[in-house]
Amino acid sequence: MGASAVIFYILSFLVLVAGLLAVTSRKIFRSAIWLLFSLAGVAGLYFWLQMEFIAAVQIVVYVGGIVVLIIFSIFLTQQSGRDLPAPVRSRAIFSVVAVCLGFVLTCVVLRQYAFGQTGHSVAGAGVDKIGTQLLSTSEHGYVLPFEVISVLLLAALIGCVVIAIKLKPEDK
Amino acid sequence: MSQVPLSHILMVSAALFFIGMYGLFTRRNMITMLMSVELILNSVNINFVAFNRYLYPDKLEGVFFTLFVIAIAAAEAAVAIAIIINLYRNFHSIDVEDADEMKF
Repeated sequence: MGASAVIFYILSFLVLVAGLLAVTSRKIFRSAIWLLFSLAGVAGLYFWLQMEFIAAVQIVVYVGGIVVLIIFSIFLTQQSGRDLPAPVRSRAIFSVVAVCLGFVLTCVVLRQYAFGQTGHSVAGAGVDKIGTQLLSTSEHGYVLPFEVISVLLLAALIGCVVIAIKLKPEDK
Repeated sequence: MSQVPLSHILMVSAALFFIGMYGLFTRRNMITMLMSVELILNSVNINFVAFNRYLYPDKLEGVFFTLFVIAIAAAEAAVAIAIIINLYRNFHSIDVEDADEMKF
Protein backbone atom coordinates (compact mmCIF):
# COMPACT_ATOMS: atom_id res chain seq x y z
CA MET A 1 0.00 0.00 0.00
CA GLY A 2 1.64 3.19 -1.15
CA ALA A 3 1.55 6.67 0.31
CA SER A 4 -1.28 7.70 -2.01
CA ALA A 5 -3.58 4.96 -0.72
CA VAL A 6 -2.68 5.78 2.89
CA ILE A 7 -3.60 9.43 2.27
CA PHE A 8 -6.92 8.35 0.76
CA TYR A 9 -7.85 6.16 3.72
CA ILE A 10 -6.87 8.85 6.25
CA LEU A 11 -8.94 11.45 4.36
CA SER A 12 -11.99 9.22 4.10
CA PHE A 13 -11.71 8.29 7.79
CA LEU A 14 -11.66 12.02 8.63
CA VAL A 15 -14.69 12.69 6.40
CA LEU A 16 -16.74 9.83 7.82
CA VAL A 17 -15.91 10.41 11.50
CA ALA A 18 -16.55 14.15 11.22
CA GLY A 19 -19.82 13.48 9.36
CA LEU A 20 -20.94 10.97 11.99
CA LEU A 21 -20.19 13.44 14.78
CA ALA A 22 -22.00 16.18 12.84
CA VAL A 23 -25.23 14.17 12.75
CA THR A 24 -25.00 12.80 16.32
CA SER A 25 -23.57 15.68 18.38
CA ARG A 26 -26.04 17.05 20.95
CA LYS A 27 -24.75 20.61 20.75
CA ILE A 28 -25.82 22.30 17.52
CA PHE A 29 -22.79 24.57 17.29
CA ARG A 30 -20.35 21.66 17.61
CA SER A 31 -22.40 19.86 15.01
CA ALA A 32 -21.83 22.75 12.59
CA ILE A 33 -18.08 22.72 13.28
CA TRP A 34 -17.90 18.96 12.64
CA LEU A 35 -19.77 19.55 9.38
CA LEU A 36 -17.07 22.08 8.47
CA PHE A 37 -14.34 19.47 9.04
CA SER A 38 -16.25 16.90 7.01
CA LEU A 39 -16.68 19.28 4.07
CA ALA A 40 -13.01 20.28 4.22
CA GLY A 41 -12.13 16.57 4.14
CA VAL A 42 -14.26 16.15 1.03
CA ALA A 43 -12.27 19.01 -0.52
CA GLY A 44 -9.14 17.04 0.38
CA LEU A 45 -10.57 14.03 -1.43
CA TYR A 46 -11.05 16.18 -4.54
CA PHE A 47 -7.41 17.29 -4.29
CA TRP A 48 -6.43 13.63 -3.98
CA LEU A 49 -8.43 12.88 -7.14
CA GLN A 50 -6.49 15.70 -8.89
CA MET A 51 -9.58 17.85 -9.40
CA GLU A 52 -8.09 21.09 -8.13
CA PHE A 53 -10.81 23.36 -9.47
CA ILE A 54 -13.62 21.35 -7.85
CA ALA A 55 -11.67 21.31 -4.58
CA ALA A 56 -11.29 25.09 -4.69
CA VAL A 57 -15.00 25.53 -5.44
CA GLN A 58 -15.85 23.15 -2.58
CA ILE A 59 -13.78 25.19 -0.14
CA VAL A 60 -15.10 28.54 -1.36
CA VAL A 61 -18.79 27.61 -1.57
CA TYR A 62 -19.25 25.02 1.19
CA VAL A 63 -16.62 25.77 3.81
CA GLY A 64 -16.60 29.51 3.21
CA GLY A 65 -20.24 30.05 2.35
CA ILE A 66 -22.77 27.47 3.45
CA VAL A 67 -21.22 26.60 6.83
CA VAL A 68 -20.87 30.29 7.70
CA LEU A 69 -24.52 30.79 6.69
CA ILE A 70 -25.54 27.86 8.90
CA ILE A 71 -23.54 29.23 11.85
CA PHE A 72 -25.16 32.64 11.42
CA SER A 73 -28.61 31.08 11.35
CA ILE A 74 -27.78 29.12 14.53
CA PHE A 75 -26.90 32.38 16.23
CA LEU A 76 -30.13 33.98 14.98
CA THR A 77 -32.52 31.19 15.93
CA GLN A 78 -31.07 29.18 18.79
CA GLN A 79 -29.57 29.44 22.22
CA SER A 80 -26.31 27.79 21.16
CA GLY A 81 -25.41 26.59 24.67
CA ARG A 82 -28.54 24.48 25.04
CA ASP A 83 -28.44 20.78 24.21
CA LEU A 84 -30.60 19.38 21.45
CA PRO A 85 -33.17 16.81 22.60
CA ALA A 86 -32.05 13.22 22.17
CA PRO A 87 -33.74 11.33 19.33
CA VAL A 88 -36.67 9.09 20.21
CA ARG A 89 -35.19 5.68 21.04
CA SER A 90 -37.37 3.58 18.74
CA ARG A 91 -36.82 6.01 15.87
CA ALA A 92 -33.05 5.94 16.42
CA ILE A 93 -32.95 2.12 16.48
CA PHE A 94 -35.00 1.77 13.31
CA SER A 95 -32.93 4.46 11.59
CA VAL A 96 -29.70 2.62 12.43
CA VAL A 97 -31.15 -0.65 11.13
CA ALA A 98 -32.41 0.95 7.91
CA VAL A 99 -29.15 2.81 7.31
CA CYS A 100 -26.99 -0.28 7.94
CA LEU A 101 -29.16 -2.42 5.67
CA GLY A 102 -28.95 0.19 2.93
CA PHE A 103 -25.18 0.46 3.27
CA VAL A 104 -24.68 -3.33 3.19
CA LEU A 105 -26.94 -3.62 0.14
CA THR A 106 -25.00 -0.88 -1.65
CA CYS A 107 -21.67 -2.52 -0.82
CA VAL A 108 -22.88 -5.92 -2.08
CA VAL A 109 -23.99 -4.38 -5.36
CA LEU A 110 -20.70 -2.48 -5.66
CA ARG A 111 -18.66 -5.64 -5.08
CA GLN A 112 -20.49 -7.50 -7.83
CA TYR A 113 -20.24 -4.78 -10.45
CA ALA A 114 -17.14 -4.81 -12.61
CA PHE A 115 -16.08 -1.29 -13.52
CA GLY A 116 -14.24 -1.09 -16.81
CA GLN A 117 -12.20 1.92 -17.76
CA THR A 118 -13.27 3.32 -21.11
CA GLY A 119 -11.23 6.48 -21.40
CA HIS A 120 -7.66 6.33 -22.58
CA SER A 121 -5.50 9.27 -21.70
CA VAL A 122 -5.48 11.10 -18.41
CA ALA A 123 -6.09 14.51 -19.87
CA GLY A 124 -6.39 16.41 -16.60
CA ALA A 125 -9.12 18.84 -15.69
CA GLY A 126 -7.43 22.22 -16.02
CA VAL A 127 -9.39 25.40 -15.47
CA ASP A 128 -8.87 26.47 -19.09
CA LYS A 129 -10.54 23.29 -20.40
CA ILE A 130 -13.39 23.55 -17.92
CA GLY A 131 -14.02 27.19 -18.80
CA THR A 132 -13.88 26.60 -22.54
CA GLN A 133 -16.31 23.71 -22.47
CA LEU A 134 -18.60 25.34 -19.91
CA LEU A 135 -19.21 28.38 -22.11
CA SER A 136 -19.07 26.67 -25.47
CA THR A 137 -22.17 26.62 -27.69
CA SER A 138 -21.07 23.58 -29.66
CA GLU A 139 -22.33 20.03 -29.22
CA HIS A 140 -20.77 19.26 -25.83
CA GLY A 141 -20.99 22.78 -24.47
CA TYR A 142 -22.78 23.66 -21.26
CA VAL A 143 -23.72 27.27 -21.92
CA LEU A 144 -27.50 26.70 -21.64
CA PRO A 145 -27.38 25.10 -18.15
CA PHE A 146 -24.93 27.84 -17.17
CA GLU A 147 -27.42 30.54 -18.12
CA VAL A 148 -30.33 28.67 -16.55
CA ILE A 149 -28.44 28.36 -13.27
CA SER A 150 -27.64 32.07 -13.28
CA VAL A 151 -31.38 32.78 -13.52
CA LEU A 152 -31.97 30.23 -10.74
CA LEU A 153 -29.46 31.97 -8.48
CA LEU A 154 -31.13 35.33 -9.15
CA ALA A 155 -34.53 33.81 -8.32
CA ALA A 156 -33.12 32.29 -5.11
CA LEU A 157 -31.62 35.66 -4.15
CA ILE A 158 -34.91 37.52 -4.60
CA GLY A 159 -36.85 34.67 -2.98
CA CYS A 160 -34.64 34.75 0.13
CA VAL A 161 -35.13 38.49 0.52
CA VAL A 162 -38.92 38.17 0.07
CA ILE A 163 -39.22 35.26 2.52
CA ALA A 164 -36.96 36.60 5.25
CA ILE A 165 -37.99 40.26 5.09
CA LYS A 166 -39.63 41.64 8.23
CA LEU A 167 -42.89 43.41 7.51
CA LYS A 168 -43.79 46.45 9.54
CA PRO A 169 -46.85 45.94 11.75
CA GLU A 170 -49.10 48.25 9.69
CA ASP A 171 -48.28 46.36 6.47
CA LYS A 172 -49.55 43.04 7.82
CA MET B 1 -4.52 7.39 -7.20
CA SER B 2 -4.43 4.17 -9.20
CA GLN B 3 -3.59 2.16 -6.08
CA VAL B 4 -7.10 2.56 -4.70
CA PRO B 5 -9.89 0.77 -6.59
CA LEU B 6 -12.94 2.77 -7.63
CA SER B 7 -15.23 0.66 -5.44
CA HIS B 8 -13.51 1.90 -2.27
CA ILE B 9 -14.24 5.52 -3.17
CA LEU B 10 -17.84 4.59 -3.94
CA MET B 11 -18.11 2.83 -0.56
CA VAL B 12 -16.84 5.95 1.21
CA SER B 13 -19.42 8.06 -0.59
CA ALA B 14 -22.16 5.51 0.17
CA ALA B 15 -21.18 5.60 3.84
CA LEU B 16 -21.35 9.41 3.80
CA PHE B 17 -24.76 9.23 2.11
CA PHE B 18 -26.14 6.88 4.75
CA ILE B 19 -24.66 8.98 7.59
CA GLY B 20 -26.62 11.90 6.12
CA MET B 21 -29.74 9.70 5.89
CA TYR B 22 -29.34 8.77 9.58
CA GLY B 23 -29.18 12.45 10.51
CA LEU B 24 -32.25 13.20 8.39
CA PHE B 25 -34.18 10.38 10.11
CA THR B 26 -33.28 11.17 13.71
CA ARG B 27 -32.89 14.95 13.88
CA ARG B 28 -35.97 17.11 14.42
CA ASN B 29 -34.20 20.47 14.30
CA MET B 30 -34.42 22.13 10.89
CA ILE B 31 -30.84 23.44 10.82
CA THR B 32 -29.37 20.02 11.64
CA MET B 33 -31.61 18.43 9.01
CA LEU B 34 -30.21 20.95 6.52
CA MET B 35 -26.68 19.87 7.51
CA SER B 36 -27.62 16.24 6.80
CA VAL B 37 -28.88 17.23 3.36
CA GLU B 38 -25.53 18.92 2.68
CA LEU B 39 -23.71 15.69 3.59
CA ILE B 40 -25.93 13.72 1.19
CA LEU B 41 -25.28 16.19 -1.65
CA ASN B 42 -21.54 15.97 -0.97
CA SER B 43 -21.57 12.18 -1.24
CA VAL B 44 -23.26 12.51 -4.64
CA ASN B 45 -20.53 14.95 -5.73
CA ILE B 46 -17.79 12.52 -4.69
CA ASN B 47 -19.45 9.87 -6.86
CA PHE B 48 -19.58 12.17 -9.89
CA VAL B 49 -15.93 13.19 -9.57
CA ALA B 50 -14.72 9.62 -8.95
CA PHE B 51 -16.60 8.25 -11.98
CA ASN B 52 -15.24 11.08 -14.09
CA ARG B 53 -11.69 10.43 -12.92
CA TYR B 54 -11.63 6.65 -13.11
CA LEU B 55 -13.95 5.70 -15.96
CA TYR B 56 -13.87 8.69 -18.34
CA PRO B 57 -10.61 10.54 -17.65
CA ASP B 58 -10.66 12.28 -21.04
CA LYS B 59 -14.04 13.90 -20.49
CA LEU B 60 -15.28 16.61 -18.14
CA GLU B 61 -18.98 15.76 -17.65
CA GLY B 62 -18.60 14.80 -13.99
CA VAL B 63 -16.94 18.14 -13.28
CA PHE B 64 -19.86 20.04 -14.76
CA PHE B 65 -22.47 18.01 -12.91
CA THR B 66 -20.56 18.59 -9.67
CA LEU B 67 -20.37 22.33 -10.33
CA PHE B 68 -24.12 22.56 -11.02
CA VAL B 69 -24.95 20.45 -7.95
CA ILE B 70 -22.80 22.76 -5.79
CA ALA B 71 -24.51 25.86 -7.24
CA ILE B 72 -28.00 24.44 -6.69
CA ALA B 73 -27.04 23.29 -3.16
CA ALA B 74 -25.90 26.82 -2.33
CA ALA B 75 -29.19 28.29 -3.58
CA GLU B 76 -31.14 25.62 -1.69
CA ALA B 77 -29.28 26.30 1.57
CA ALA B 78 -29.89 30.04 1.27
CA VAL B 79 -33.64 29.60 0.63
CA ALA B 80 -33.92 27.01 3.41
CA ILE B 81 -32.28 29.32 5.93
CA ALA B 82 -34.58 32.18 4.90
CA ILE B 83 -37.58 29.87 5.49
CA ILE B 84 -36.13 28.75 8.85
CA ILE B 85 -35.68 32.35 10.01
CA ASN B 86 -39.23 33.18 8.94
CA LEU B 87 -40.57 30.13 10.80
CA TYR B 88 -38.61 31.05 13.91
CA ARG B 89 -40.14 34.51 13.81
CA ASN B 90 -43.65 33.06 13.69
CA PHE B 91 -43.37 29.96 15.91
CA HIS B 92 -40.34 30.82 18.11
CA SER B 93 -39.02 27.32 17.43
CA ILE B 94 -37.30 25.56 14.55
CA ASP B 95 -38.41 22.07 15.51
CA VAL B 96 -40.28 20.38 12.66
CA GLU B 97 -42.87 19.00 15.09
CA ASP B 98 -43.86 22.54 16.10
CA ALA B 99 -44.48 23.75 12.56
CA ASP B 100 -47.82 22.03 12.08
CA GLU B 101 -49.90 24.83 10.58
CA MET B 102 -49.95 25.63 6.90
CA LYS B 103 -51.32 29.17 7.33
CA PHE B 104 -50.84 31.64 10.12
